[in-house]
Order: sequence, then structure tokens, then C-alpha cells
Amino acid sequence: MFHELVRPYEKSVYFAAYSILQNEHDAEDVAQETVLKALRSLHTFRAESKFSTWLVSIALNEARGRLRHERLIQFDSVDAIPDEDSGDFTPAVISDWREVPLEALERKELRDMLRKAIRGLPAMYREVLVLRDVQDLSIAETAAALGVNDGVVKTRLLRARLMMQKVLAPQLNIGRGGLLGMFKRRAGGSWF
Amino acid sequence: MVLNCKHVWKEISNYIDGTVPPELRDSIEQHLANCRHCAAVLDSTRNILYLIADERTFALPVGYSDRLHLRLQNAINTEEADP
Repeated sequence: MFHELVRPYEKSVYFAAYSILQNEHDAEDVAQETVLKALRSLHTFRAESKFSTWLVSIALNEARGRLRHERLIQFDSVDAIPDEDSGDFTPAVISDWREVPLEALERKELRDMLRKAIRGLPAMYREVLVLRDVQDLSIAETAAALGVNDGVVKTRLLRARLMMQKVLAPQLNIGRGGLLGMFKRRAGGSWF
Repeated sequence: MVLNCKHVWKEISNYIDGTVPPELRDSIEQHLANCRHCAAVLDSTRNILYLIADERTFALPVGYSDRLHLRLQNAINTEEADP
């Protein structure tokens, strides 16, 4: 039954669309369109690719199509052009790091901060980061879904991860009076 | 092989993914043991990746799955009625 075929990947489909559209409503709409398109095109699916990768690549294409349709692509493509081999790899250089525990995600401020940092990435880096680091696709699966080779995924991933570090590390570093330091003070010395 | 900080930054993503060759990995680890800045860059990057991978950071909209399958079922019913 098609429902059961799709169910394990419905989350990946949503986040693939979200990585491009950055809007919950549109991402859900595209996720639905993706599944309907997959239903109608099932006969074109080739067993040499994974079903999950096929679905995710449909979602990415649908989302890009919608963005193009809304003419937002013009805005996005400005920062989607960076040369793969140039640019800086400079992270935020900090002298020490105090681990931010996962429990801190109970704080809306932290979740918002993380989402905002991802939204701020150029599209080509955001897509790779969401597929690989949010959705936990492998390098090969990410490459297949995006239609690029593994080397391109690795290069974009490095940039994306260092950009995230550069934006977030100074804000999160308690020792430097970052936002989480503020949470901590507010919570009277403990996280909650 | 002696690495400087920039070399380490360039490999940090592959290092996190465990895809650097053993010899390079040893050189990176040697550098990290002696460079608190690079060690902090690695720890912070890894920590941020754990945070964004957590389900609380990116949750699905409530009712997403139900709406998806309802729409799918409607499409299947329509196709069956009008193939």
C-alpha cells in the first residue's frame, strides 16, 4: 500500500521542502504535492536509486519550482552563487567551549536561535546541512538527492557547518556572556 | 605531518564525519591536543550539530502526517473512481 511505502520518509520529504522554502505552511503543501506526484510517477521509479532519495529529490524540485514561481529565487540566487573553491573557512575562534546540553532545547529562545542561523545560510549550504545534519542522510544520499557528487556535498557541508559555528558559537558561549549565560542567570544558576 | 589551524579548519567537517584518512586524523588530533582554539572550534561545531539534529529544534507541524495521508487517500479514491 502506497501509504505504508511513504510513511517512513514523510518527515524527510517535509524537511527537504522546508530547507528551501523556510516556511511551515509551504513546506507542508509541497510535501503533499510530492507524495501525490510520487504516486502518479511510481512507474518511473528505478530500483537502482533508493526510494527515500527519489522522494526527497522530488520534494527538492517541487520546492524549487514553487520558489521560482514566487520569484523568490531571484533573491535567493544572489547568495547561492558562491564559488565552491573559494571563500573563507574561518570559524569563530574561541578559546574555550562549554557544552550546551540538549535539555537547553526546552528553551524557545535557543530553538529560535538555531532556526534563525539555518535560515541565514545561503540556500546551497542550507539544503546540504538540513539533509545531512538535521535529517541524518548520508553524504551519498545527500549527493543523490541534490544531483551533485560527494565532493560537492562535503565542501558545502564544511562551509555550512563553519558558518553555523561562526554565527552561533559567540552567542552560545556562556563564558562570554552569551544568550545561554543569560538563561542561566535567569534560571538562578541551573538550566531550568 | 604538522598542520596549522587553517588546515585543521578545512578538515574539521570530514573529521567530524570520520572520513579523514588515519594519518591525517592523527595529525589533526596532535594539533587539537596542543591548540585550545581549534579544540574549542571542534567542540562547539559538534555541539551545534547535536542541537540542530534534535527533534525539538525542527518539529513537524501538528497533524502533518494525518493531513498528508488524508490527501493521499483522496487522490487514490479519485484515481480509482476515474482511472
